Amino acid sequence: MSAVSEPTSTSTNPAVAATSYKRSPRPRAKRRGNPVWGICAWVVGLLFVAPVLWMILTSFHSEVDAATNPPSLFAPLTLDGYRNFFGITGGGNPWPPLINSFTASVGSTILVLLLAIPAAYALSIKPVKRWTDVLFFLLSTKFLPIVAGLLPLFLFARITGLLDNISLLTVLYTTMNLPIAIWMMRSFLAEVPVEMLEAAQLDGAGLITILRRVVAPVALPGIAATALICFIFSWNELLLARTLTSVVAGTAPVYLTGFATSQGLFLAQLCAAAFMVSLPVLIAGFAAQDKLVQGLSLGAVK
Amino acid sequence: MSSTEATTTHAEDLTPRQRKTYQAPQGEAARSKREARRRRLPLLPALILVIVATQLPFLTTIVVSFMDWNALRPNDRGFAGIDNYVQVFSNATTRGAVVTTVVLTVVVVGVSLVLGTLIALLLDRQFLGRGVVRTMMIAPFLVVPVAAALLWKHALLNPSFGLFNGVLTWLWSLFGSSNPPQIAWLTQYPLLSIEMALIWQWTPFMMLIILAGLQSRPMDVVEAARVDGANALQIFRHLTFPHLRRYLELGGLLGAIYIVQNFDAVFIMTAGALGTANLPYTIYATFFQRQDYGLASAQGVVVVIGTIIIATFALRVVSSLFDEENHR
Repeated sequence: MSAVSEPTSTSTNPAVAATSYKRSPRPRAKRRGNPVWGICAWVVGLLFVAPVLWMILTSFHSEVDAATNPPSLFAPLTLDGYRNFFGITGGGNPWPPLINSFTASVGSTILVLLLAIPAAYALSIKPVKRWTDVLFFLLSTKFLPIVAGLLPLFLFARITGLLDNISLLTVLYTTMNLPIAIWMMRSFLAEVPVEMLEAAQLDGAGLITILRRVVAPVALPGIAATALICFIFSWNELLLARTLTSVVAGTAPVYLTGFATSQGLFLAQLCAAAFMVSLPVLIAGFAAQDKLVQGLSLGAVK
Repeated sequence: MSSTEATTTHAEDLTPRQRKTYQAPQGEAARSKREARRRRLPLLPALILVIVATQLPFLTTIVVSFMDWNALRPNDRGFAGIDNYVQVFSNATTRGAVVTTVVLTVVVVGVSLVLGTLIALLLDRQFLGRGVVRTMMIAPFLVVPVAAALLWKHALLNPSFGLFNGVLTWLWSLFGSSNPPQIAWLTQYPLLSIEMALIWQWTPFMMLIILAGLQSRPMDVVEAARVDGANALQIFRHLTFPHLRRYLELGGLLGAIYIVQNFDAVFIMTAGALGTANLPYTIYATFFQRQDYGLASAQGVVVVIGTIIIATFALRVVSSLFDEENHR
């Protein structure tokens, strides 16, 4: 039993040591200063999270209680908003757009990883010539506003009959996220110690073994964070989805934009809808919290 | 003894990555060529896809921007010269859109940077529940932008039952007044409303980048300065701020690139009415409502040129951080 678990523990141990060395460069000075600053931080944090909490609270109120002035904080809670959103009481059906969003986000994230991991390998572990130029070219494409390419993409979709087709959106989200993913993956793969790679090569380990035993343990958390961030960007996207889809392939954000046009009191179900559509992003974002900044700054900040 | 020491220190000067690339040209010419091709192979699929998907549409946009092409008049398609560009710069709507885009970007990026820095300084301290506060701070950034815009428009800024006016009513009633100010946020202050919603979402982003900058400060230098009797303000001015400068630049430029392209908030909160139409929204409207493909493309090219100017600076900052990291 112990003999079986032995190799895995030795192969992960250096990785853990390497990452923890990177994460905490030095022990931070413990200074527990004036408690006033701590209270300030709490107040600011609560102010920023208040609209989110308000959204969640309102989503559990009845429509009548949601639309009062001053606000009814302690009104009885109900699931009516969610019943309305999910179409149990009639009205729209949110599942097709949610499934479309899921397909496009997960599909494009998988494609991004399949393309970005080899590319990042060719930019860090076995770098091509002029690899920095390639990296900066990739980054510069990210600065092209999507809106400038909207018309050609629309015309292309119309000519090829791919309008309102979720697979086109999946491919476009892949290209939209690929530069970010390559930058992130490169910075994670660059953390693999070269000495370990050389030692493994000297021991006669093949490429697959090196990838599995040396690269993967160090890079896996990074791959996970990259995947989560690509998922978030795809899930959030509105402009392309609104331009290139309509009835069949509309995504969750597109569905949300049409949601508030309903008549009468709708605040509670709108909040329920907003919360439900945001929930996957909130979960993914909190899961990737530690690496969020690295991803959002395109890997420039650790 | 001393000679071996010299060679080891020389080898140490190169980072491991550099040593790897240095080895490449040493081999036989044919072998190194094959090696170069083998190294390039894993990169190609991604690179080709990015080139095709980003450069081709943009080239098409440039071509269409010199064409007279309105989908509502399909028979008049032809070459237009610079007419579309003349229209971009002479038309009051597009000029207004340029001004709105600049104002929106400068205000949102500026205010989020200042707030983000202040909050990052707070969060850099030790206090009870720091992790919880950090998590709470990130939440606004993790609300889907469309959902955030709807939340602000209907749940917070609605004049009759939004939270903002609700809080005003509640505050005034605390002091016994039954006549609280009730503000029609979206019609009285349309641009400010959009700015508030965007600042709420982008301050956490700035905070995260600046907090990362603060935590990468060389603490031993700060400790030494403190021992030498420097006060908090002096430490901030002479040590923390110079170190933070590049993180501020990076946050500002990345924020600017995203905000210049913002479409969701304008589209949902005001639908471009009351002087809030920025360039992305205007292009979208030119394209979908007027169906003037030529003009929309010319507007697109102008946006790209504007973005390239910001991006040049952004790339410089990223590359300076990048170099520093790779020489560490």
